[in-house]
Amino acid sequence: MPELPVEIPIPTPHQAVFIMVAVATSVASLLVVTNRNLFYSALCLVGALFGVAGVYVLLEAEFLAIAQVLVYVGAIATLITFAIMLTRGIMFGTTSPNNRHMFAVMSMALLVFLLVAGLVDRVPWAVAEDLTLSGDGKSLIVDLGWEFVTTYALPLELIGLLLLIALVGAVMLARDDE
Amino acid sequence: MVPLQAYLTLAAFIFSCGLYGALARRNAIAMLMAVELMLNAVNINLVAFWRYGPNREDLAGQTFAIFVIAVAAAEVAVGLALVIAIYRSRKTVYLDEIDLLQG
Repeated sequence: MPELPVEIPIPTPHQAVFIMVAVATSVASLLVVTNRNLFYSALCLVGALFGVAGVYVLLEAEFLAIAQVLVYVGAIATLITFAIMLTRGIMFGTTSPNNRHMFAVMSMALLVFLLVAGLVDRVPWAVAEDLTLSGDGKSLIVDLGWEFVTTYALPLELIGLLLLIALVGAVMLARDDE
Repeated sequence: MVPLQAYLTLAAFIFSCGLYGALARRNAIAMLMAVELMLNAVNINLVAFWRYGPNREDLAGQTFAIFVIAVAAAEVAVGLALVIAIYRSRKTVYLDEIDLLQG
Protein backbone atom coordinates (compact mmCIF):
# COMPACT_ATOMS: atom_id res chain seq x y z
CA MET A 1 0.00 0.00 0.00
CA PRO A 2 1.49 3.36 -0.97
CA GLU A 3 2.21 5.82 1.79
CA LEU A 4 -0.25 8.66 1.93
CA PRO A 5 1.42 12.07 1.79
CA VAL A 6 -0.73 13.30 4.65
CA GLU A 7 -1.47 11.05 7.55
CA ILE A 8 -5.22 11.05 8.15
CA PRO A 9 -5.82 10.57 11.86
CA ILE A 10 -8.29 7.83 12.65
CA PRO A 11 -10.23 8.80 15.79
CA THR A 12 -10.10 6.41 18.70
CA PRO A 13 -13.50 5.43 20.16
CA HIS A 14 -13.02 8.01 22.91
CA GLN A 15 -12.35 10.72 20.36
CA ALA A 16 -15.27 9.62 18.17
CA VAL A 17 -17.64 9.83 21.14
CA PHE A 18 -16.23 13.24 22.01
CA ILE A 19 -16.80 14.50 18.46
CA MET A 20 -20.41 13.30 18.51
CA VAL A 21 -21.13 14.81 21.92
CA ALA A 22 -19.40 18.07 21.00
CA VAL A 23 -21.31 18.46 17.73
CA ALA A 24 -24.63 17.65 19.40
CA THR A 25 -23.97 20.10 22.23
CA SER A 26 -22.87 22.86 19.86
CA VAL A 27 -25.88 22.46 17.59
CA ALA A 28 -28.25 22.37 20.55
CA SER A 29 -26.76 25.48 22.14
CA LEU A 30 -26.88 27.31 18.82
CA LEU A 31 -30.55 26.37 18.48
CA VAL A 32 -31.25 27.63 22.02
CA VAL A 33 -30.30 31.17 21.05
CA THR A 34 -31.65 31.19 17.47
CA ASN A 35 -35.02 29.47 17.76
CA ARG A 36 -38.03 31.76 17.44
CA ASN A 37 -40.26 29.52 19.52
CA LEU A 38 -39.28 29.82 23.16
CA PHE A 39 -40.57 26.37 24.00
CA TYR A 40 -38.32 24.74 21.39
CA SER A 41 -35.49 26.81 22.81
CA ALA A 42 -36.12 25.28 26.22
CA LEU A 43 -36.15 21.77 24.72
CA CYS A 44 -32.85 22.48 22.96
CA LEU A 45 -31.48 23.77 26.26
CA VAL A 46 -32.28 20.38 27.81
CA GLY A 47 -30.36 18.75 24.96
CA ALA A 48 -27.40 21.06 25.42
CA LEU A 49 -27.32 20.44 29.18
CA PHE A 50 -27.38 16.69 28.57
CA GLY A 51 -24.50 17.17 26.15
CA VAL A 52 -22.50 19.02 28.80
CA ALA A 53 -23.20 16.12 31.18
CA GLY A 54 -21.78 13.84 28.49
CA VAL A 55 -18.67 16.02 28.32
CA TYR A 56 -18.27 15.60 32.10
CA VAL A 57 -18.50 11.82 31.70
CA LEU A 58 -15.79 11.96 29.02
CA LEU A 59 -13.66 14.02 31.42
CA GLU A 60 -14.22 11.31 34.07
CA ALA A 61 -16.08 13.61 36.44
CA GLU A 62 -19.03 11.26 36.92
CA PHE A 63 -20.35 12.88 40.08
CA LEU A 64 -20.53 16.20 38.32
CA ALA A 65 -22.38 14.60 35.39
CA ILE A 66 -25.00 13.20 37.76
CA ALA A 67 -25.28 16.56 39.55
CA GLN A 68 -25.63 18.29 36.17
CA VAL A 69 -28.50 16.02 35.13
CA LEU A 70 -30.24 16.31 38.50
CA VAL A 71 -29.89 20.06 38.98
CA TYR A 72 -29.97 21.41 35.44
CA VAL A 73 -32.14 18.97 33.53
CA GLY A 74 -34.25 17.98 36.50
CA ALA A 75 -34.79 21.31 38.20
CA ILE A 76 -33.67 24.30 36.15
CA ALA A 77 -35.10 23.14 32.82
CA THR A 78 -38.41 22.31 34.50
CA LEU A 79 -38.47 25.71 36.15
CA ILE A 80 -37.79 27.46 32.84
CA THR A 81 -40.51 25.44 31.12
CA PHE A 82 -42.95 26.45 33.85
CA ALA A 83 -42.02 30.11 33.48
CA ILE A 84 -42.50 29.91 29.71
CA MET A 85 -45.94 28.42 30.16
CA LEU A 86 -46.91 30.97 32.84
CA THR A 87 -46.06 33.80 30.43
CA ARG A 88 -47.77 31.97 27.63
CA GLY A 89 -49.52 34.82 25.85
CA ILE A 90 -46.32 36.12 24.34
CA MET A 91 -44.63 32.79 23.72
CA PHE A 92 -45.40 32.88 20.00
CA GLY A 93 -44.82 36.56 19.41
CA THR A 94 -45.32 38.10 16.02
CA THR A 95 -42.54 40.57 16.76
CA SER A 96 -38.87 39.80 16.31
CA PRO A 97 -37.29 37.67 19.06
CA ASN A 98 -34.13 39.75 18.86
CA ASN A 99 -33.51 43.37 19.72
CA ARG A 100 -32.09 45.99 17.40
CA HIS A 101 -28.48 45.31 18.41
CA MET A 102 -28.71 41.78 17.04
CA PHE A 103 -26.17 42.04 14.23
CA ALA A 104 -23.62 43.97 16.27
CA VAL A 105 -23.93 41.40 19.05
CA MET A 106 -23.68 38.53 16.57
CA SER A 107 -20.45 39.83 15.09
CA MET A 108 -19.09 40.49 18.57
CA ALA A 109 -19.90 36.94 19.73
CA LEU A 110 -18.28 35.54 16.59
CA LEU A 111 -15.22 37.67 17.24
CA VAL A 112 -15.01 36.44 20.84
CA PHE A 113 -15.22 32.85 19.66
CA LEU A 114 -12.54 33.29 16.98
CA LEU A 115 -10.29 35.14 19.41
CA VAL A 116 -10.57 32.49 22.14
CA ALA A 117 -10.35 29.58 19.69
CA GLY A 118 -7.26 31.10 18.12
CA LEU A 119 -5.72 31.74 21.52
CA VAL A 120 -6.40 28.19 22.75
CA ASP A 121 -4.02 26.72 20.20
CA ARG A 122 -1.21 29.17 20.92
CA VAL A 123 -1.04 29.02 24.70
CA PRO A 124 1.42 26.37 25.99
CA TRP A 125 -0.90 24.72 28.52
CA ALA A 126 0.81 22.93 31.40
CA VAL A 127 -0.80 19.59 30.57
CA ALA A 128 0.34 16.64 32.67
CA GLU A 129 2.26 13.93 30.78
CA ASP A 130 0.52 11.03 32.44
CA LEU A 131 -3.23 11.46 32.08
CA THR A 132 -4.42 8.34 33.89
CA LEU A 133 -6.43 8.97 37.02
CA SER A 134 -5.08 7.55 40.25
CA GLY A 135 -7.71 5.54 42.08
CA ASP A 136 -11.15 4.58 40.82
CA GLY A 137 -14.23 6.77 40.49
CA LYS A 138 -15.44 5.85 43.95
CA SER A 139 -12.35 7.15 45.70
CA LEU A 140 -12.65 10.36 43.67
CA ILE A 141 -16.16 10.95 44.98
CA VAL A 142 -14.99 10.17 48.52
CA ASP A 143 -12.19 12.72 48.10
CA LEU A 144 -14.66 15.27 46.74
CA GLY A 145 -16.94 14.82 49.74
CA TRP A 146 -13.96 15.08 52.06
CA GLU A 147 -12.89 18.34 50.41
CA PHE A 148 -16.37 19.77 50.96
CA VAL A 149 -16.31 19.21 54.71
CA THR A 150 -12.69 20.25 55.27
CA THR A 151 -11.15 22.75 52.83
CA TYR A 152 -14.42 24.11 51.47
CA ALA A 153 -16.54 23.86 54.62
CA LEU A 154 -17.20 27.61 54.89
CA PRO A 155 -18.06 28.11 51.17
CA LEU A 156 -20.36 25.09 51.39
CA GLU A 157 -22.26 26.64 54.31
CA LEU A 158 -22.44 29.96 52.49
CA ILE A 159 -23.81 28.26 49.37
CA GLY A 160 -26.45 26.58 51.50
CA LEU A 161 -27.39 29.94 53.01
CA LEU A 162 -27.45 31.56 49.55
CA LEU A 163 -29.77 28.87 48.20
CA LEU A 164 -32.10 29.26 51.18
CA ILE A 165 -32.23 33.05 50.86
CA ALA A 166 -32.63 32.91 47.08
CA LEU A 167 -35.48 30.40 47.20
CA VAL A 168 -37.33 32.25 49.97
CA GLY A 169 -36.82 35.47 48.00
CA ALA A 170 -38.09 33.81 44.83
CA VAL A 171 -41.25 32.70 46.59
CA MET A 172 -41.77 36.20 47.99
CA LEU A 173 -41.25 37.80 44.58
CA ALA A 174 -43.49 35.48 42.60
CA ARG A 175 -46.28 35.42 45.18
CA ASP A 176 -49.56 37.16 44.53
CA ASP A 177 -49.89 40.22 46.73
CA GLU A 178 -53.60 39.87 47.45
CA MET B 1 -7.18 11.00 24.54
CA VAL B 2 -8.93 14.09 23.24
CA PRO B 3 -6.58 17.08 23.46
CA LEU B 4 -7.34 19.76 26.02
CA GLN B 5 -7.73 22.30 23.23
CA ALA B 6 -10.78 20.46 21.88
CA TYR B 7 -12.62 20.92 25.18
CA LEU B 8 -11.60 24.56 25.40
CA THR B 9 -12.80 25.24 21.85
CA LEU B 10 -16.13 23.56 22.56
CA ALA B 11 -16.51 25.65 25.70
CA ALA B 12 -15.63 28.82 23.77
CA PHE B 13 -18.31 28.01 21.20
CA ILE B 14 -20.99 27.41 23.83
CA PHE B 15 -19.94 30.59 25.64
CA SER B 16 -20.21 32.62 22.44
CA CYS B 17 -23.68 31.22 21.77
CA GLY B 18 -24.69 32.21 25.30
CA LEU B 19 -23.13 35.65 24.92
CA TYR B 20 -25.07 36.26 21.73
CA GLY B 21 -28.31 35.03 23.28
CA ALA B 22 -27.93 37.01 26.48
CA LEU B 23 -27.36 40.28 24.64
CA ALA B 24 -29.54 39.90 21.56
CA ARG B 25 -32.72 38.18 22.73
CA ARG B 26 -35.67 40.31 23.74
CA ASN B 27 -37.41 37.73 25.88
CA ALA B 28 -36.20 37.70 29.50
CA ILE B 29 -36.57 33.91 29.79
CA ALA B 30 -34.53 33.40 26.62
CA MET B 31 -31.86 35.63 28.11
CA LEU B 32 -31.79 33.55 31.30
CA MET B 33 -31.39 30.37 29.22
CA ALA B 34 -28.44 31.95 27.42
CA VAL B 35 -26.85 32.82 30.77
CA GLU B 36 -27.18 29.15 31.74
CA LEU B 37 -25.29 28.22 28.57
CA MET B 38 -22.45 30.58 29.51
CA LEU B 39 -22.21 29.12 33.01
CA ASN B 40 -22.07 25.61 31.55
CA ALA B 41 -19.27 26.60 29.19
CA VAL B 42 -17.24 27.91 32.11
CA ASN B 43 -17.88 24.65 33.99
CA ILE B 44 -16.53 22.62 31.07
CA ASN B 45 -13.35 24.70 31.23
CA LEU B 46 -12.99 24.19 34.98
CA VAL B 47 -13.39 20.42 34.76
CA ALA B 48 -11.15 20.13 31.68
CA PHE B 49 -8.37 22.03 33.43
CA TRP B 50 -8.76 19.78 36.48
CA ARG B 51 -8.56 16.66 34.32
CA TYR B 52 -5.56 17.74 32.26
CA GLY B 53 -3.71 19.70 34.94
CA PRO B 54 -0.56 18.41 36.62
CA ASN B 55 -2.16 18.11 40.05
CA ARG B 56 -5.31 15.98 39.89
CA GLU B 57 -5.30 15.20 43.61
CA ASP B 58 -6.42 18.79 44.11
CA LEU B 59 -10.13 18.68 43.33
CA ALA B 60 -10.60 22.45 43.22
CA GLY B 61 -11.79 22.35 39.60
CA GLN B 62 -14.65 19.98 40.33
CA THR B 63 -15.51 21.78 43.56
CA PHE B 64 -15.76 25.12 41.78
CA ALA B 65 -17.98 23.56 39.12
CA ILE B 66 -20.35 22.29 41.80
CA PHE B 67 -20.46 25.74 43.42
CA VAL B 68 -21.22 27.27 40.03
CA ILE B 69 -24.10 24.82 39.54
CA ALA B 70 -25.50 25.74 42.97
CA VAL B 71 -25.26 29.47 42.32
CA ALA B 72 -26.85 28.97 38.88
CA ALA B 73 -29.79 27.23 40.53
CA ALA B 74 -30.26 30.15 42.91
CA GLU B 75 -29.86 32.65 40.08
CA VAL B 76 -32.43 31.02 37.84
CA ALA B 77 -34.96 30.74 40.69
CA VAL B 78 -34.71 34.45 41.52
CA GLY B 79 -34.55 35.43 37.84
CA LEU B 80 -37.69 33.54 36.91
CA ALA B 81 -39.51 34.89 39.97
CA LEU B 82 -38.62 38.41 38.81
CA VAL B 83 -39.82 37.63 35.29
CA ILE B 84 -43.14 36.35 36.59
CA ALA B 85 -43.55 39.36 38.92
CA ILE B 86 -42.86 41.74 36.02
CA TYR B 87 -45.21 39.80 33.75
CA ARG B 88 -47.96 40.12 36.34
CA SER B 89 -47.61 43.89 36.71
CA ARG B 90 -46.58 44.93 33.17
CA LYS B 91 -47.99 42.08 31.01
CA THR B 92 -44.72 41.74 29.12
CA VAL B 93 -41.46 39.81 29.38
CA TYR B 94 -39.72 41.71 26.59
CA LEU B 95 -36.67 43.35 28.05
CA ASP B 96 -36.81 46.46 25.84
CA GLU B 97 -40.35 47.18 27.01
CA ILE B 98 -39.39 47.08 30.69
CA ASP B 99 -38.23 50.67 31.05
CA LEU B 100 -39.77 51.85 34.33
CA LEU B 101 -36.50 53.42 35.47
CA GLN B 102 -35.80 55.20 32.20
CA GLY B 103 -37.64 58.38 33.25
